[in-house]
Amino acid sequence: MGFFEMTKTALRTVLSRPATILYPAQAAKRTPLTRGHIVFDGSKCISCSICQRKCPAQAIVLNKEAKSWQIDRFRCVMCSSCVDTCPSKCLSMDPVYTAPASEKGVEVFTITYVKPPKPEKKEEPIQ
Amino acid sequence: MTKQIIVPFGPQHPVLPEPIHLDLVLEDEKVVDVIPTIGYIHRGFEKLVEKREFTEYVFIAERTCGICSFIHGSTYCQGIEQIMGIQVPERAEYLRVIWSEYSRLHSHLLWFGLYADSFGFENLFMNAWRIRERILDVMEQTTGGRIIQGSCKVGGVRKDISNEKLDEMAKDLDTIDREMKEMTTVFLNDDTVLHRTRNVGVLSREDAYHLGAAGPTARGSGVAIDLRMTGYGAYDRLNFHVATDSCGDCYSRHSVRAQELFTSTDLIRQAIKKIPDGPVDVKVTGAPNGEFFMRSEQPRGELVHYLKGNGTKFLVRSRIRTPTLTNIPPLVKMLQGCDLADVPVIVLSIDPCISCTER
Amino acid sequence: MKQEQTIIPIEVGRLIGSVEQFRNEGYRLAHIGCTKVGDNSFEINYSFDKDYVLQNLRITVTAETEVPSITGMYWGAFAYENEMHDLFGIPVKGINIDFKGTFIRTAIKFPFSVSVAKEEKK
Repeated sequence: MGFFEMTKTALRTVLSRPATILYPAQAAKRTPLTRGHIVFDGSKCISCSICQRKCPAQAIVLNKEAKSWQIDRFRCVMCSSCVDTCPSKCLSMDPVYTAPASEKGVEVFTITYVKPPKPEKKEEPIQ
Repeated sequence: MTKQIIVPFGPQHPVLPEPIHLDLVLEDEKVVDVIPTIGYIHRGFEKLVEKREFTEYVFIAERTCGICSFIHGSTYCQGIEQIMGIQVPERAEYLRVIWSEYSRLHSHLLWFGLYADSFGFENLFMNAWRIRERILDVMEQTTGGRIIQGSCKVGGVRKDISNEKLDEMAKDLDTIDREMKEMTTVFLNDDTVLHRTRNVGVLSREDAYHLGAAGPTARGSGVAIDLRMTGYGAYDRLNFHVATDSCGDCYSRHSVRAQELFTSTDLIRQAIKKIPDGPVDVKVTGAPNGEFFMRSEQPRGELVHYLKGNGTKFLVRSRIRTPTLTNIPPLVKMLQGCDLADVPVIVLSIDPCISCTER
Repeated sequence: MKQEQTIIPIEVGRLIGSVEQFRNEGYRLAHIGCTKVGDNSFEINYSFDKDYVLQNLRITVTAETEVPSITGMYWGAFAYENEMHDLFGIPVKGINIDFKGTFIRTAIKFPFSVSVAKEEKK
């Protein structure tokens, strides 16, 4: 049975710094592993569409003929499945959160990857 | 015969974290009967299992609930691993235990905050959440997400924690322990808290066992059920005891949770000491064929994941039974005979997580 | 890991007798679940637990079979039985608190018993 059990904690928190951050005036806390948003590098994508099949939220749409890769930022749940399964490592996770927007839409990127030509076979001199 | 009035409680109420509707039948100021209604947040997760492959369904199972999300993901993965006969490496089992116990700490601290808010003690509410920030920072530094971790997969875990980071986490636990001790002293000894929670919402031992109560609701009435004693994951290699209390009122339920806070930090320290080196995942091939009831211990009680597969990539059935669904009948029993002003405190003392109940 | 479980298939008529036997032996009700296994056929699982060992009773019914309620022996089963009726459409007779379809309100009645083929958004 006690009456002033909370006094010590209350005085200490009144006299110390606040535990909250004035966001968005100050930047949000983030760590190197924070899952913020997906970054796409168009110069490495080989259009295999594994990312489209693995996405659990169906946020990625790939168009091979038109060479476009689009992502719906509001459907993406930042699970990193696409980052882990991409064979050419063109996707990465950035710690900054997606910016708020007033309309839903998709972001379209162009694929600029050009397959390097096969090296010519040199004829072996026959002995 | 006195007149009966029906007062609706919820779905919008300042103390409720999630929407549930209770129709309270009152005579003067005493509650005579309660009629619960759920369904405000039904999202149809169990239907979605027919459209997503079993390896992708982990992300959906995790998002069933925001407070207890890691344990949903890891129970689902363990269920699939039991059906397919996969043995997960030891380091992955210990990592899952560490993240589960951090998840339990954060859930109990969130609940302590809301509970203090239900009887108007806002300073204590904010203090509990201030401690919780430290736990969420650790989660973000090791998995990338504060609430939804996304680090469990079928066959192991997706990320590793380095040994230096584990030692740092063990040192931080001392500060967390000290702050939690100050906070729980207020909950266990302060006069105002005792007045609002002693002998309020009494549930007898017989009722708790036969109505199917789970978790601290049952342990507060003397029924010692804790699914961690079955030894899934790495729990069979760690020592801990089950916290119980015998009175069955709101005070004993919150004292059980206060003891569990310190059990969790102790388990994390033991796991960090014993964790071996090695790989953290195994390759998974094939599809599940069979059925299994996987049970585990969430912060709120006993969680059951029933999984059934027929050899294709899509599961036939995934049924999630969360502890709040089975704690609703004891809640109805507890509310009969109490005062109207005690209703928020009793509803919160079973720790309702309605989004888990509805899926 | 010691999670033992057994599944015993029985007929609908023997359900009440077996549940009463479990009640007398001191088992607690863990879970009642329903699975759709065919066009009009459902499997209902009753799970009982004592000392961490799980025993399951399984009955196979159609959407018209009237299943007797076990709320006489386990008062808390009304939550599961009302949910089973609202989502699958299986009529359960004699529930102590019968919500008559208003426990969970959905846009389509009995949603889990139909397969809705919706166009996947591309």
